[in-house]
Amino acid sequence: MASAFETRRRNQLIIAAAVVAVMIALPLGVKDVYVQNILVLTVMYAALSQAWNILSGYCGQISLGHALYFGIGAYASTLLFVKFGIIPWFGMAAGGIFAAAIALLVGWPCFRLGGHYFTIATIVLAEIGLILFLNWSYAGEASGLQIPVSGDSWLTFTFLRSKLPYYYFALGLAAVVWLVTYFIEDSKWGYYWRAVRENTMAAQSLGVQVFRSKMAAAALSAFFTAIGGSFYAQFVSYIDPDSVMVFQFSLLMALPAVIGGIGTLWGPPLGAAILIPFTELTRSYMGGGGKGTDLIFYGAVIMIIALARPEGLLSLVTRTRHAPP
Amino acid sequence: MSALLETEALTVRFGGILANADISIGVNEGEILGLIGPNGAGKSTLFNLVAGTYRPTSGRIRFEGRDITRLPPAVRCKLGVARTFQVVKSFETMSVLENVVVGALVRFTSTRTAREEAYRVLDVTGLTRRAEANARDLTPPEKRRLEVARALATQPKLLLLDEVLTGLTPAEAQKGVELVRKIRELGVTVVMVEHVMEVVMPLVDRAIVLDLGRVLAQGAPQAIVRDPKVIQAYLGDRFHA
Repeated sequence: MASAFETRRRNQLIIAAAVVAVMIALPLGVKDVYVQNILVLTVMYAALSQAWNILSGYCGQISLGHALYFGIGAYASTLLFVKFGIIPWFGMAAGGIFAAAIALLVGWPCFRLGGHYFTIATIVLAEIGLILFLNWSYAGEASGLQIPVSGDSWLTFTFLRSKLPYYYFALGLAAVVWLVTYFIEDSKWGYYWRAVRENTMAAQSLGVQVFRSKMAAAALSAFFTAIGGSFYAQFVSYIDPDSVMVFQFSLLMALPAVIGGIGTLWGPPLGAAILIPFTELTRSYMGGGGKGTDLIFYGAVIMIIALARPEGLLSLVTRTRHAPP
Repeated sequence: MSALLETEALTVRFGGILANADISIGVNEGEILGLIGPNGAGKSTLFNLVAGTYRPTSGRIRFEGRDITRLPPAVRCKLGVARTFQVVKSFETMSVLENVVVGALVRFTSTRTAREEAYRVLDVTGLTRRAEANARDLTPPEKRRLEVARALATQPKLLLLDEVLTGLTPAEAQKGVELVRKIRELGVTVVMVEHVMEVVMPLVDRAIVLDLGRVLAQGAPQAIVRDPKVIQAYLGDRFHA
């Protein structure tokens, strides 16, 4: 009995290894910078959405304010690099830890709110973050910060000639967040988070410390989101509040998981693989006319998926388990 | 027999309504205690006080001699008080096995041992066949069983059952009765809230009757059913023993 479970788990790892192998090989033949750019964004959103999925998918606390943690990550590594010359690798770690701390601070009052009220609070807090950064002169206010790019270097994590190093880092990040989620799924936290999501009262009656569970999920989720933010700052090498902390990022982190399958291991990567190339391609082929045709088309597709497959696209392959009669 | 659980003058007010008034009862170790009474008697309120869902306006609750009046449900569970819900609260999208594992994790850190324990409990509760099914696909009686299984997986000393036998067919109810007996044989003390007298009376060692928030009568089931006060509370003034 237990072995069937373990086989299922092992198969997940094998599939993941195969997917990563394909993703490693994928950009090798690609010379086109535009396509490389799409690939980088796709794996980055796979990682970010997986991080969002920890709090919102598994633990069921829907956040639409993850742009806050994304922005904190971007600003932490950039400020430390630009102002103090601390290399982005340390800045990235600092940003992650700082974002996790902020998530705990935010969670302290907000996790006392239920359902939609929690979600509204996350939106508001991210907007407050945006306004703070827009007015914070040390951090460049609305004009933002430029990361000096001197040449190709892994030490300062800046590359001029090719986007491939960024791609491989983002792929590594996506793999790490996936793996962390994989191990959490079969851990005490994994069970507790899902129990909290499904029924708070029942969870409490079974000994689940609900508040603590939510806090742990929030901290871990914010940590990885901020790492993604630091990465993005390095990737675009210029940040301002409007490019790293706007509401749109919160949505873009949530959508792949929602489209692919919320609260599942493969939902975020699947959703990102479909959504991000689709966003970029509709933008370049249909956008630009000032009519917003691309957005209408984009919105329509999301609505169709949401209506036809509210559990996400992953439910097309993994049917709900049925026991023998 | 020593008292596993004791309440001392428990009183709860919801606005102007006195839901429980001055309730002092004891639950002996190893017994099956029935908590009965007509609708609105305060059974569920008392049940929720012991489980930790409500806080009393005044009074104390002692479990194994320890004051648990102010402890949250999760801590009570860790100490050995488990409950089921009258309106079942399954973790719908999780499998039956996973539902039970959540309960077992309060005693085991490793998910592997928790799973083994969960399988053991599924065997006791007759749900092994449904282990892989999603909780939302269970039939209503199966969901009741899952409630019991989940609570049992926390390895309680005291198990509080909230109307687990209500609304079942006679055959299902009979199976439920057997399950409750089996649970007691495992050394678990059981308190069950029911309002259908004929189902609980043959099963319980002792019954406490509540009416209008107060203890109306307590004792052996045979004596309780003949008690004029109880008959009056259930059937009204026109009927006397």
